[in-house]
Amino acid sequence: MSSIPLEGAVSAAWPEAHTPEAAEALPLEFADQEQSIAITGFWMFLVTDLLIFASLFAAYAVYRPMIASGPSAQQLFHLGPTLLETLLLLTSSFTVGLVVWSMRRGHRRAMVGWMVITLLLGAGFVATELHEFFGDVALGASWHTSAFLSAFFLLVGTHGLHVTFGILWALALLIQVARKGINSITARKIYTFSLYWHFLDIIWVFILSIVYLGGKIG
Amino acid sequence: MTPMPHFAVYLIHTLFPPDVRRPTEIGADVMMGVVAIWIFVHMTRHHRWGWLWHEWFTTVDHKKIGVMYLVAALIMLFRGGIDALMMRTNLALPLHPVISAEEYNEVFTTHGVIMIFFMAMPFIFALFNAVIPLMIGARDVAFPRLNAVSFWLFAFGAALFNVAFVVGGSPNAGWTAYPPLTELAYNPGPGLNYYLMALIISGIGTTITGLNFLVTVLRLRAPGMTLMRMPMFVWSALNTSALILFAFPPLTVALLMTLLDRTAGTHFFTMGGGGMPMMYVNLFWLFGHPEVYIVVLPAFGVFSEVFATFSRKRLFGYDSMVLSMTAIMVLAYGTWVHHFFTMGAGPAVNAFFGVSTMLIAIPTGVKIFNWIFTMWGGRVRFTVAMLYAMAFIPTFILGGATGILLATVPADYQLHNSYFLVAHFHTMLIGGTVFGLLAGMYYWWPKMFGYSLRESQGKLAFWLFASGFWVTFGPQYLLGFSGMTRRMDTYPLGLGWHSLNVVSTVGAFIMGAAFLILVYNVLWSMRHGVRDQTGDPWNGRTLEWSLPSPVPEYNFACLPTVGERDAWWGVKEAFRRETGADEDAAPTPQVRAEDIRGLHLPRNTAYPFFLGASFFVFGFGVVFTWWIIAAIGFAGIACTLVYAWFDHDEHLPMPADEVRHHEATLGRLLA
Repeated sequence: MSSIPLEGAVSAAWPEAHTPEAAEALPLEFADQEQSIAITGFWMFLVTDLLIFASLFAAYAVYRPMIASGPSAQQLFHLGPTLLETLLLLTSSFTVGLVVWSMRRGHRRAMVGWMVITLLLGAGFVATELHEFFGDVALGASWHTSAFLSAFFLLVGTHGLHVTFGILWALALLIQVARKGINSITARKIYTFSLYWHFLDIIWVFILSIVYLGGKIG
Repeated sequence: MTPMPHFAVYLIHTLFPPDVRRPTEIGADVMMGVVAIWIFVHMTRHHRWGWLWHEWFTTVDHKKIGVMYLVAALIMLFRGGIDALMMRTNLALPLHPVISAEEYNEVFTTHGVIMIFFMAMPFIFALFNAVIPLMIGARDVAFPRLNAVSFWLFAFGAALFNVAFVVGGSPNAGWTAYPPLTELAYNPGPGLNYYLMALIISGIGTTITGLNFLVTVLRLRAPGMTLMRMPMFVWSALNTSALILFAFPPLTVALLMTLLDRTAGTHFFTMGGGGMPMMYVNLFWLFGHPEVYIVVLPAFGVFSEVFATFSRKRLFGYDSMVLSMTAIMVLAYGTWVHHFFTMGAGPAVNAFFGVSTMLIAIPTGVKIFNWIFTMWGGRVRFTVAMLYAMAFIPTFILGGATGILLATVPADYQLHNSYFLVAHFHTMLIGGTVFGLLAGMYYWWPKMFGYSLRESQGKLAFWLFASGFWVTFGPQYLLGFSGMTRRMDTYPLGLGWHSLNVVSTVGAFIMGAAFLILVYNVLWSMRHGVRDQTGDPWNGRTLEWSLPSPVPEYNFACLPTVGERDAWWGVKEAFRRETGADEDAAPTPQVRAEDIRGLHLPRNTAYPFFLGASFFVFGFGVVFTWWIIAAIGFAGIACTLVYAWFDHDEHLPMPADEVRHHEATLGRLLA
């Protein structure tokens, strides 16, 4: 039996950018097709994480009146620390943007500097939040108290854990950049870190408006 | 006196409380011990440990991961089936129950959990892994390492769940695990924690699989393979992955809240402190209803391939197939309340969800007609895969019709939680999912292993399985009408239930016999099955059949360019036109040596295995609230992740000459 090649078979090495010219115009992390696919994957991760937060927000909204014998949102919340947390996190979202901006221009020292500032702001956020949480618990308002507080600590705590994890991740990233420099892999990791950090910032805006401001209005 | 004996006594009482020292448990212990020793002796005698580790446990090759999923799914099908037979035996002998009410609770819980999470899901992932990259013309999935992570999280999650049977006590609150029954006050002991941890761990793995296949299908398609040229099975993988990504987070949250209630004293679902058990029910079914489509859409995909191939026709109404599947995917999120019409929602809410449920019958009906019209005028070959597909149609129509009855809210008030419901969802899950998965297994077996399963044995298993299915579940509809409710361990005589239950039990044992024949079929074919020399034993239509069986590690020596739907069929048609060859003749696709370039394969790695093992230790610690062990497991997770994260050396280059040499030995290099 005679045989023919698979019709119109082309050779394409994998993984490679589509065409060299197109790749030239793209930032490092998108020019390498494998990294660009990883970024798509990270967006998908953000989708599921968003759904986790959506479920927690929905639960919180339903549990908010369920204060049992504990304090209500109006009695418990102080907007002072919340304002501080908001300022810290929103500013860090700006500085993480500068991290990617400097990385794309090859300013490695500026990139590291902005990253350190981002992490300090993030650490300040976590510290303020922990201070607030311990203050609540000292007043007897822990997650054992009522369903409202269970949902509050779970929602806001999950966000806080995300920020904490983000700080550890970025520290490891700095070590990696110090050891391997900026290549397509580390560039992709920094870029996805910035996506993650912006994402947490957006979640915080919802926590601020729905949990704290909404709670204060009652 | 030293504290040591106290500790030992505590340990024995915790790990082996009286309720795991019943005859069935001890029997299972002995059987597992014997099997473990047999495997150990066998592996050691034949020096196979290294092979197991290097070829399988550390692999990141999607085809091998698919095989491992398949093996795990079949083992779990066995375990879940044994549970089913224990229940059916009890119900056939209402005067002499063989297992106690407590044990019955555990058995129906594990049956449900295992069949859904540890049989259907891995079976689906087995088929996805085996063929999706081949169907879209890719060298692997988008994230090969994460794919191995998914498998090991599933495997160790399943292991953790099965350990519950012999260590510490099984979960006993049904596969849905509604609070407040699952709260610590009403359900002490580690049983429920096993359920929660096993599902959280395997759920992370499942979410990663969904992410992986979504990105694979979106980003790794061969040149020319537009979305509307994808085989239907790829569409089903795309839709299923999207469902997984959106449906698993609410489950994770619901399980986490239950776990916090049980271990940290929160008040999510407790009866006091403002807790609301209904919140769990809503979150669970926000996941649970899409889950139904997660397990049935892949079966729809398999049937679409099987009907087209064995009718020797293009799939009828491809566009409407895509549209209806996507419609089902979207509608799946709008129906969850129909699982609890009787639990206090008002008439307006119930009416909305009743109608939204009925709406799903429309796209499903479209699909049924398309499958029938695909056979219409085709040249139908009655292979085992085709028999399962054909048996699926009447079964699914009946299941769908009873589903419409259940969606009718006033009727549901009568039928809710009766055997009518049990019969309905088994009709959907066996007649839809299991028939589909078995069809897929017989269909793609030659592609996965390089030899076919013997058709005659497979047909015997099919006829026993399909007829056993009707004998089992036909009577259960009638039992539902006469008022028998689900999850009863026994019943008094004189209600008119006994004879129907006996018939149902006979049917269950017929299905059990079918499973044994299926296993025999596999074992027999391993030795004597017909080798697949051409790579295209069924005269298939899609790209995976253009490759040799089993498929080389790199899948495609050159990535194909796709010019139409059913790409491989198009190549064959052109070949037949040009050469005037026999209408079933097929070319052996060959590549030019100069077209082959060097490529990169994902490198084997042990970290997914260690990650899964660490999750197992962590989960085990949480189950018994032994925080030190949990901390050890957590440290293991962290170390593995950091280690893997710093390892950028993920690829193994394969020089072009090696590929050429390999293709030449396969007779696929154009001289």
